[in-house]
Order: sequence, then C-alpha cells, then structure tokens
Amino acid sequence: MIEIQMTMADRAVELLALPEGTSSFILDVGCGSGLSGEALTNRGHFWVGMDISKPMLGIAEEREVEGDLFLSDMGEGMFFRPGTFDGVISISALQWLCNADKKTHNPPKRLYKFFSTLYSTMKRGSRAVFQFYPENSHQLELITSQAMRAGFTGGVVVDFPNSTRAKKMFLCLFAGLLNPQLPTGLGTGSQAYSGQVTNSSQRQRFRNLKGKSLKKSRDWIKEKKERRRRQGKGDYKPDSKYSGRKRSNKI
Amino acid sequence: MADPTVTVNEMKIREVDFNPEFISRMIPRIEWKALYEAALSLDVVGNLSPELITDYEKDEDFLKEAHRVLMEVEVIKGFLICPESGRKFPIENGIPNMLLNEGEVGDGPAQSEALQEDDSMQ
Repeated sequence: MIEIQMTMADRAVELLALPEGTSSFILDVGCGSGLSGEALTNRGHFWVGMDISKPMLGIAEEREVEGDLFLSDMGEGMFFRPGTFDGVISISALQWLCNADKKTHNPPKRLYKFFSTLYSTMKRGSRAVFQFYPENSHQLELITSQAMRAGFTGGVVVDFPNSTRAKKMFLCLFAGLLNPQLPTGLGTGSQAYSGQVTNSSQRQRFRNLKGKSLKKSRDWIKEKKERRRRQGKGDYKPDSKYSGRKRSNKI
Repeated sequence: MADPTVTVNEMKIREVDFNPEFISRMIPRIEWKALYEAALSLDVVGNLSPELITDYEKDEDFLKEAHRVLMEVEVIKGFLICPESGRKFPIENGIPNMLLNEGEVGDGPAQSEALQEDDSMQ
C-alpha cells in the first residue's frame, strides 16, 4: 500500500512538469501521513501539506516530514495568498469532496469553492495534478465540470487504462496560460491585418442576440442539459443520437 | 504596530539547508510587512528591516536572515489571528487548525461577520 502511494506520488510529481534543477514550492492537498510529500522532498522541493485528519497529521509530525502541515478541510477553500504555489499535488483525496458527510455539505458547491480558491493560490501557468478514484462517470463529470467552472483547463490522464489493477486516473489542471505565446503586435509580422470582420452581415447575429433557442428544439434540449451539468445536478439523460429527435407518428 | 497576526506560547528553531535561489523566489510571494511584524512579535527579527530592501537577490546576508525567519523558526504552540476578522486559529504541535465551524463557511466577503461572532474555538 505504501509502495503504491509512493509510485503514485512520483507519477503525480512527474506530471507536474516542474522546471528541472530548481526547488519549487508545492501544495499537497490531503497529504495524510506525508508519504506523497516525501516524493517532493526527495526531489528537492519544499511543500505545504493540508489534511482534514488530525491523527494522520500526527503521524506525519512523528515521522518528521519536511513539509509544513495544516489541519483544514479542502471543501472550505484555501487560505493562502494568491500566486503562492508553483504546483499542487493530491493523492487519493479528491473523491472525498463528492461525499456529503454533514447535512450542510453540498458537493458541487464545495468542489467549486475548493477549485476556485485553489486557482488563485497557484502561480499563473502552474499545474495541479490529482490522483483520484471517482466512483462513477457521474462523479468524474461533477469534478471536472466544477474545475472548468473555476477557470482551470486540462483534463484526465489515465495510466494503464486496460488493466483493472494498475489503472490510475490523474486529473491534470492548468491555472491559466495554457498557450503562453503572446500574440504579435499589429503591423509587425507577416500576417497582415485585413481590418475586416467576416460575416458581419449575417442575419443570424440577430437571433443570437436574443439568446435562447427555440423551445423543445434539439439545441434547446442540449443547452438545458449543459446547464444542469454545469450546476452539478445529475437528473439528465446522457446525450445520444436520439436526443431531441422527433418521434415518428407510426405505431 | 498593528494587532499581532500570530501569538506564540512555544517555538523552536529547526535547522534547514540554506537555498538562496529558493528564498529569493519566495520573497515576492510574501507580504513583507506581515512577515516582519510576525518576526517582531516572536522576537526573532534579527537584522531584518521593516521595509523590503531592493536587490535582495544579491544580498546574501539578507537572504540568510530571511531564510532563518521563513524556514527555521517554527511555532509549536500558539495562535494565528486573522487580521480582518480577528478569528483565532489555534496552533498545536506545530500544526495550525484552520477548520471552520458550522456557519462560518461562506462564499465571499460576507463571511467575516460570521467569523467575528464565533471566538469560542479553543
């Protein structure tokens, strides 16, 4: 078990793609007894760990891990200054946010709070890598949709997808600057600016201004599903080729 | 001096390898004034100045002092205090307890009021 944790932590650090040869400042969300932090220490990084379990942090403290530890609940959001961390890792912790352990817990809200505050504590262009075990595709979608809502880009990396035992899922998120290329200034490059807006005369523009699609149309159904998905409400059917199709009137 | 942001009952100094390059990258991410005041109330301020000096990357003496305060001073027992709400977060065994009570979890600035009401967290 310890070995699995260590290899997963190593893989997560690898996915962070930190600059070689420099020490970075990393946040470990759900650090537990500090095993994953050791993977960071081994590579010369400094880290801060947070976990909701006091006994686990006690073990970490006893093992004299290098990182600074905080007792906190990730669903309550981060409390660090903006732009503090060069990266974030988390091993087998994210799925806990999908549970409502208390009456007041609302998983989509807690996920959003977590991701949005996490986003701001990360340096622009840095990455967050979460190894996690979603219970089903619904949870996976809930997690990724709330992360995207908070402004992250990225997606899920699956290691050994064809093996039930070795299969591991990593959610890799980027905080800003996915493509750090600056756009070139006008009149400097070879690409001439035409100064024209294409398709401006199309009438469609008018329809878009009004916003909503025709009720009960295929687009309308799609938008509605998308809306429910964003809000983290799970009462929609998956999209298929039959979505929004007319039924034939034959019996 | 403003109200303290940290109070200390017990602290220790733990030796950590000096990494000047890391320290100079951390300095811009820190609110210097807050660090200075915290160091002042812990009585570990040493040769640090209340204003952040310019060109600190090249000043090895400064980096060593900053390293000492940032990396080596460890608060074992005490409180972290939120400067906005005055809410106290207890530190035990070197681990700050940042857990909020029911009703303290808010979605925005409105929460500071709720925080003020609840000071019974010891």
